[in-house]
Amino acid sequence: MSFMKKPRAHHSDLPRNSLGYTIRDYEGGMSTLCAGCGHDSITAALIQACWELDIEPHRVAKMSGIGCSSKTPAYFLSQAHGINAVHGRMPSIATGANAANQHLHYLGVSGDGDSLSIGFGQFAHAIRRNVNMLYIIENNGVYGLTKGQFSASADVGSRAKYGQENEQPPIDPVLTAISLGCTFVARGFSGDKDQLVPLIQAGLRHRGFAMIDVISPCVAFNDHEGSTKSYAHTREYYHPAIHADFIPPREEIRTEYEKGKAMPVELHDGSTIVLRKIDVDHDPTNRAGAIAYLERHREAREIVTGLLYLEEEGKDLHAWNRTVGDSLVDTQSRSDAAAILEEIQAGYR
Amino acid sequence: MSKSSVNHVNDFTLKVATVNGTGSASANSLLMKSIFRMGVPVMGKNYFPSNIQGLPTWYEIRVTDPGHLTRSGDVHFMVAMNAETFAKDHAEVTPGGYLLYDSTWPRNRDLNRDDIHIIGVPLAEMVNQHFVEPRTRILMKNVAYVGALAGLLDLDLAVIEQLLKETFGERKAKLVKPNMEAVRIGYDYVLEHYDCPLPVRVERADMTRGHVVVDGNTTAALGAMLAGATVGAWYPITPSTSVMDAFSAFCGKYRKTEEGEREYVILQAEDELAAIGMVMGAGWMGARAFTATSGPGISLMNEFLSFGYYTETPAVIFDIQRVGPSTGMPTRTQQSDLMECAYAGHGDTRHICLYPADPAEAFDFSIRCFDLAEHFQTPVFLVSDLDIGMNEWMVPELKWDESYRPDRGKVLSAESLESLSGPFRRYMDPDKDGVPFRTLPGVHPAGAFFTRGSGHSKHGTYTEDAAEYQEVMDRKARKFLTAASHVPAPVIEYCNSTEVGGKKRVRPVRYGFLTVGSGDLAVREARHNLKEKGMEFDYCRVRAFPFTREVEDFIAEHEIVFVVEQNRDGQLKGMLLAELEPEAGKLVSILHYNGLPLASMHVESEVVDHLRKAEAS
Repeated sequence: MSFMKKPRAHHSDLPRNSLGYTIRDYEGGMSTLCAGCGHDSITAALIQACWELDIEPHRVAKMSGIGCSSKTPAYFLSQAHGINAVHGRMPSIATGANAANQHLHYLGVSGDGDSLSIGFGQFAHAIRRNVNMLYIIENNGVYGLTKGQFSASADVGSRAKYGQENEQPPIDPVLTAISLGCTFVARGFSGDKDQLVPLIQAGLRHRGFAMIDVISPCVAFNDHEGSTKSYAHTREYYHPAIHADFIPPREEIRTEYEKGKAMPVELHDGSTIVLRKIDVDHDPTNRAGAIAYLERHREAREIVTGLLYLEEEGKDLHAWNRTVGDSLVDTQSRSDAAAILEEIQAGYR
Repeated sequence: MSKSSVNHVNDFTLKVATVNGTGSASANSLLMKSIFRMGVPVMGKNYFPSNIQGLPTWYEIRVTDPGHLTRSGDVHFMVAMNAETFAKDHAEVTPGGYLLYDSTWPRNRDLNRDDIHIIGVPLAEMVNQHFVEPRTRILMKNVAYVGALAGLLDLDLAVIEQLLKETFGERKAKLVKPNMEAVRIGYDYVLEHYDCPLPVRVERADMTRGHVVVDGNTTAALGAMLAGATVGAWYPITPSTSVMDAFSAFCGKYRKTEEGEREYVILQAEDELAAIGMVMGAGWMGARAFTATSGPGISLMNEFLSFGYYTETPAVIFDIQRVGPSTGMPTRTQQSDLMECAYAGHGDTRHICLYPADPAEAFDFSIRCFDLAEHFQTPVFLVSDLDIGMNEWMVPELKWDESYRPDRGKVLSAESLESLSGPFRRYMDPDKDGVPFRTLPGVHPAGAFFTRGSGHSKHGTYTEDAAEYQEVMDRKARKFLTAASHVPAPVIEYCNSTEVGGKKRVRPVRYGFLTVGSGDLAVREARHNLKEKGMEFDYCRVRAFPFTREVEDFIAEHEIVFVVEQNRDGQLKGMLLAELEPEAGKLVSILHYNGLPLASMHVESEVVDHLRKAEAS
């Protein structure tokens, strides 16, 4: 059960980050998901990413909607506030919370049902407002908690556990996000932590809405032969297009990169991501090109992964609003309220 | 039939029938304001269609030195500017009253009541001779009827000119001259052709000092701004839109830094589901946040309102009620969301609701909503309506209470979290008032907890345990009971009350009136008129849900309580029955739900009918 505390084994020799925390300080309650669930691997990647980034755990706001994916914020960062909203409505909670206080890290976890069906509208509009947050879709093509109905991301021809075939075309969160103007669009696979952790780190450091669609197989209802969201199928059609290396501010770029295949992009906080092109015909800063590239590989049924589109100059919600730098949480009574009231009422006489 | 004349100085109702989109609203507002400036109490009600241009619209002005700032039901003077509604308007005039029409075109001679006075003024003809541009001609025709009325009713032209100057300001000052010319066109014509002023007219008085003319959406927004709301999220819907418009204007002026940076965020959401989600998110984060909407919006917000109730997240919702069900009549008034607001959401939910009666109270209650929402960590409704929100009311000047300090509720600071001996537990009840302590995100690691709409124990942890679930629900019921002593008490007036040795003694009469919100003034006038006929009623106006002890007592001490409300199904009565379980048959409904503001005449006749029937049986 998710309220069960994980036993804290004290290993004095565990490495510590610059804040003095071990990776254990970023963990949460015990997962109640099925053994082998892809979501638990994503949780582990989130824990590692936050620890490596030296983020104060309590300066993160964790948010989710409803579904298996949305349970996971209880399994990491137990020192951070979390909110499990209603189904499909996490983006509005995140928008309001971020509006009130822009100084926390916002980490949203959603699922394919939560984002692409019931919450499709809110997902789209959070992108449109460019709310500064990391938004992860744990995508398994299926409704787990209600036992195996197809979701809107199920591929044509994919078979459900008891044999029905999906005939309706899927909604692809990556193509959708890019065409909506999302400023950071990536796809990962729960089975490839090496690729996922730097994507999460870059997403957390990106100013604006960072969407990572993570293929995360459902071992209970969608990991059989004939499913296109199974571990086996994902591995077979897995096509890493770009690998992102996240390099924190002030750290040197040490790796040798092959000329023409690496593209360093500086993020607003001074950190850098080096995009290593595995596929040379993809330019992640060209929106139309990215869409064309994705369409080509979709036709070949390949699951393209990596940081697929990035725009670092986009204005976020607060830049548009021209909000003051302070958080909007503290409300003081105004000493000039009576004078303001008098001034306003002069026009009502 | 001999023709009598309405002979009421400073005590009559004037109604203007026009076509919407012709600029008549500003002409009517000018008319109302000029009477107010002459020191005479005045009421203005705008009955407008859900349309931009071309449909009938009416504006009703009651000039009332007895101070009945409500609809009476009479129309003593009709300005019939709309050919389409002429027959209806002609029929509505009270015998002895007046009808002014544009005599540029012949009127229908079949419609010729001999018990009213007909006044023809060739407005279009004269205005068209004077002005050239087509749009100007349309606008100026309205200003010309204001001029005609100024002559007939003895309005002060200097006051009208001053108001025009203030309206146009320095930037559009050159518009004052043509407008005054149009006023003169109407004014000079009636002075030449009729015996001015008429027996029904306005006489300068000194009865509006210390008052302002303002609508309730503006005052609610002003309350929100001064209460320190920093996040407003909304989706446009009539009749609530002007709340956020006003909030935006006030914040733009008073809530910016010297560098022009905003100390607030206004989010125009994609729908009401998102609007309330944003408010909940901001409230969870610790900011004062609100939304403004109407009935259909509340319907969409239900799931989140249930979430807010169960997770104990503060939120303020301004519901400006309009006519339902469904799209209903968006520009007409009703009190048909009383139940929807009080019990919004699935599962056992109850919400604190405040019911203002006019724009002045909308201001006070708006501020109180923010304090209550944070004090009780729950969604709180300001249940207003179109009549309060969009009509201009004459109310006493709004006052600022210098001792006001925002009540941020039981929020643990970083210091108190630092010194916490055990782990923080979100839903305990240490003070036995049903109100737990909360913590805000980002403040201190010891304050972290997981807010969930799913079953939770008093520790804030997930549960499906029967007893743990129930314990939390029972505490929330206690919290609601505590709220009853924090919400505004009802206004109660007895016919017989004396003070003996500093103590108030009351002797209730047999019958009482009980109403809510914008029913206030009409019921008061009915009570006043009935008293003149020898029938006495005590009076109670409910101002909040949960109902307080005083409401229960008021019902108990009367033989019959007439519950006056503006909906078909007697929602307030239903709530009183369910919550207070009074003796059967004690509550009698007086209902009004046609979309127009309640008129005193309706209340009066319904009560008289009921009592007559009861006597006969």
